[in-house]
Amino acid sequence: MAASAGSRLKHADALKRQNRLEQWTLLGLAAPALVVIVLVVLIPVGWLFYLSFLGGDGQFSLENYQKMLKYKSYARTFMTTFQVSILTTLICILIGYPLAYFLAQLPNRIAGLFMLTVLLPFWTSLLVRTYAWLVLLQRKGILNDFAIQIGLWDSPVKLVHNMTGTLIGMAHIMLPFLVLPLYNAMKKIDRDLMQAASNLGATPTRAFWQIYFPLSMPGMVAGSLIVFVLCLGFYVTPAVLGGGRVIMVATQITAILENQYDWGAASALGVVLLVATILVLILASRLFKLDSALFGKG
Amino acid sequence: MSLDHSSDSALPIKISGLTKKYGDMYALDAVDLDIKSGEFLTLLGPSGSGKTTLLMAIAGFNRPDAGSIRFADQEMILYPPHRREVGMVFQSYALFPHMTVAENIAFPLKLRKVSVEECALRVEEALQTVQLDGLGARNIDQLSGGQRQRVALARAFVFRPRILLMDEPLSALDKKLRERMQIELKQLHRQLGVTTVYVTHDQREALTMSDRIAVINHGKLVQVDTPEAIYNAPANAFVADFIGESTLLPLSLGGGDQLYFGDQSIATVQAAVSAQGGTENNQGWSLVVRPERLLVLDKNSSSSQPLINGFAFDGIVFGGTIRESVFQGESAFLIVALASGADSSGVDVAVRFSTGKAANIESLANGQQIELGLHREDVIVIPQEAD
Amino acid sequence: MSWLNKAASDTQITHRSRLWLYCLATVIMLLLVIPTFIVIPMSFSDSQYLEFPPKVWSLRWYEEYIGSAKWMRATATSLKIAVLTMLVATPLGTMAAYALFVSGHRAARAVFVLLITPMIVPVILIAIGTFYAFGKMGLNNSITGLVLAHTALATPLVMIVITAALRSYDLDQERVARSLGATRLQAFFVITLPQIKFSVITSALLAFLTSFDEVIVSIFVSGGKTATLTKHMFSALRDYIDPTIAAISTIMVLISTILLLVTQRIGSRKKPD
Repeated sequence: MAASAGSRLKHADALKRQNRLEQWTLLGLAAPALVVIVLVVLIPVGWLFYLSFLGGDGQFSLENYQKMLKYKSYARTFMTTFQVSILTTLICILIGYPLAYFLAQLPNRIAGLFMLTVLLPFWTSLLVRTYAWLVLLQRKGILNDFAIQIGLWDSPVKLVHNMTGTLIGMAHIMLPFLVLPLYNAMKKIDRDLMQAASNLGATPTRAFWQIYFPLSMPGMVAGSLIVFVLCLGFYVTPAVLGGGRVIMVATQITAILENQYDWGAASALGVVLLVATILVLILASRLFKLDSALFGKG
Repeated sequence: MSLDHSSDSALPIKISGLTKKYGDMYALDAVDLDIKSGEFLTLLGPSGSGKTTLLMAIAGFNRPDAGSIRFADQEMILYPPHRREVGMVFQSYALFPHMTVAENIAFPLKLRKVSVEECALRVEEALQTVQLDGLGARNIDQLSGGQRQRVALARAFVFRPRILLMDEPLSALDKKLRERMQIELKQLHRQLGVTTVYVTHDQREALTMSDRIAVINHGKLVQVDTPEAIYNAPANAFVADFIGESTLLPLSLGGGDQLYFGDQSIATVQAAVSAQGGTENNQGWSLVVRPERLLVLDKNSSSSQPLINGFAFDGIVFGGTIRESVFQGESAFLIVALASGADSSGVDVAVRFSTGKAANIESLANGQQIELGLHREDVIVIPQEAD
Repeated sequence: MSWLNKAASDTQITHRSRLWLYCLATVIMLLLVIPTFIVIPMSFSDSQYLEFPPKVWSLRWYEEYIGSAKWMRATATSLKIAVLTMLVATPLGTMAAYALFVSGHRAARAVFVLLITPMIVPVILIAIGTFYAFGKMGLNNSITGLVLAHTALATPLVMIVITAALRSYDLDQERVARSLGATRLQAFFVITLPQIKFSVITSALLAFLTSFDEVIVSIFVSGGKTATLTKHMFSALRDYIDPTIAAISTIMVLISTILLLVTQRIGSRKKPD
């Protein structure tokens, strides 16, 4: 019956309109934030992207990217960047895993107290922390004084304005980014599993490596990824603690702008950095199914 | 002043052509449903059947794709929830933890700008109705599960809504409390007289509380009727299976108009068709056997006439072998493999009976031959599912 | 020391065999905290060179800091920008987080990812990008430009904190309020907001710190009269070590510590277990 078919679709248009209105209202609530992000991130970064493909004559060209292949300094910069990022991530894992494990074993209340030691650096200006390491590590700094006093070495060792200082400072700054997700993942591990393993006769060591460690992997991968990606684009700490000897991509970008005012070259370098970051993120999320670990925490 | 403001505030609900699609799946498939003024109607179905979607559509939280929802003569489908004047109780209770019990209950009154004095009066009255007198100053986290349930209820009716909606409100309670609350809710409904739509997946709860039950599956209403009618005359295998326990015995069409199980004549096709409201069916028919409707017949009756407790039994008789007997306190049940004549695969049926001394359970051992009887009045024949 | 032999974990390992872990963890925690606090005693040294422990104590560097027009102006600028960033980013991030959380729309997730891009894009890129773009828009060296840029960096943090809060919140409460007669707006302000207010406060403090501590964008986008504290600190650090920085650092550490303790108090009050 045609009449009944008509009544079956009663109010369909009005309902659709209402639905659309609701969705647009909700989008409207997100709009101010979107405007800011578009203005500060999307347009400027898009603009850099455009600039990176402009040659000296203002025409489209790949010369900025070709430069990267031609000059060895670029290759060295990329090498340094990856080297620093990988080493920092490894140091963070080596130091952060035992710490997170220790914290995860404690009762919540006490863990919360000790967690302050991780959170405090997290909340403190990274400039202040970088400065503190500069003071600690310098030639006549506390560490050298202390080491000489207890006879670890005889004359002051150069600990800063080089790779060593950079790595120490970076690891300290990045550690919370690894420990927090790792701790969360460890807290989610079902304690009954470990108990069951030990009841079934597994030694504590075996139970740890065969059960606990694999289950803590998602948190560790998520944390390492955050650390690695943050390291790739890091600027302040290498610039201060590296003392001009550790040139990372971000450092070189500013150097190009300050010395040559070459926006094309700086932009191209920035674009490569961004692409590398995104590739790492995509690759890792494909490999480890990171969606939930990265966005589902908390 | 009494809370009995029933007759003037209850409203009938008329739902027609209500449709909601998620992707390719219909959550509601052109649902038509008339809910009478003051009625307690339960939407019953398995999870994902669309019962909650339907309830949320009535409340205004779920916007359907098309259709109509009328409260009396007024079309409500385009109204936002806050203008529908519908009291609602959620599964999670959704009490406001940052307010006291009294503040929770006063919330809808404050929104309606009820004077402070009247507000206090009505909150107190509502607390009395749900037997929480004197607990108004409590915080929510000081209440037990059952008390929270009552606060949620009081908050939902204190502003005298014309319709009360409840989404599995008892599912978080333990069994004893749940059964007590079922009776209390029913009494409260009678007192308030407000049209009530109740969602549950628990068929017992639906049978206990409802004036009528609307069985819903795959977004479609399967059967809407009184609890007795739904239980005694299920419309199809889904309803028969979902409400109460049952076993379906496939019937074969024998000579003339007769439907047979084995060599037992069960019913006529004509009777089956008329019981189904005249629906023609060419998929075949099944017999619905409820465990408590089967009777254990006397053993070793020397006469050819079957006996029950020494009296003649002239209903349908099934022969079978006991596979398992289970004692459960107030009742016991047997699992019996029927010796069906037609196909040798055999069908297991359950038989439930109350455990008096007379039942003599010890004599019903596994492996024993047994005869089961079914009164002709208890015969329920339904069309077979097309699958 | 009988506790040493008690079971320390679910695998019945004893505390004794775990001592190495406790020692290691203690050392790591000390290493985490000491560099943050070491600047405090040093800031009270009288020496031009940073020595520890200071031989002569004095407030010299604090006087230097307070007496310097440059440092004072930078501090005022940083505070102003941080407060403004907090005031803009908190409502913006909260609104967006709420809208995207409530909307079941397919696009909501994509918009969410778009809004947290400032956490994915290397900050150096945002810095030079805004420097270039703001140059064309005339926003460089302006408070507006800095607040805008810092808001972009702080909004994702606000969104993540608020989204986490909404996840552990029962949205049925808002529905119930609406069925009881509240409009959506009323339901949000009367029912939802009071219950996520501690997360809103935490996110506001994070937004404040994000701006106050931000270095790279400030280096590029701020300058002249609007130069921020961090910009001056950075150039002071890179070129020579000015002990005034120890005094400033001490103040910054104190601010961070206080804010952190405030959020911890809030957190523990939220969950009294």
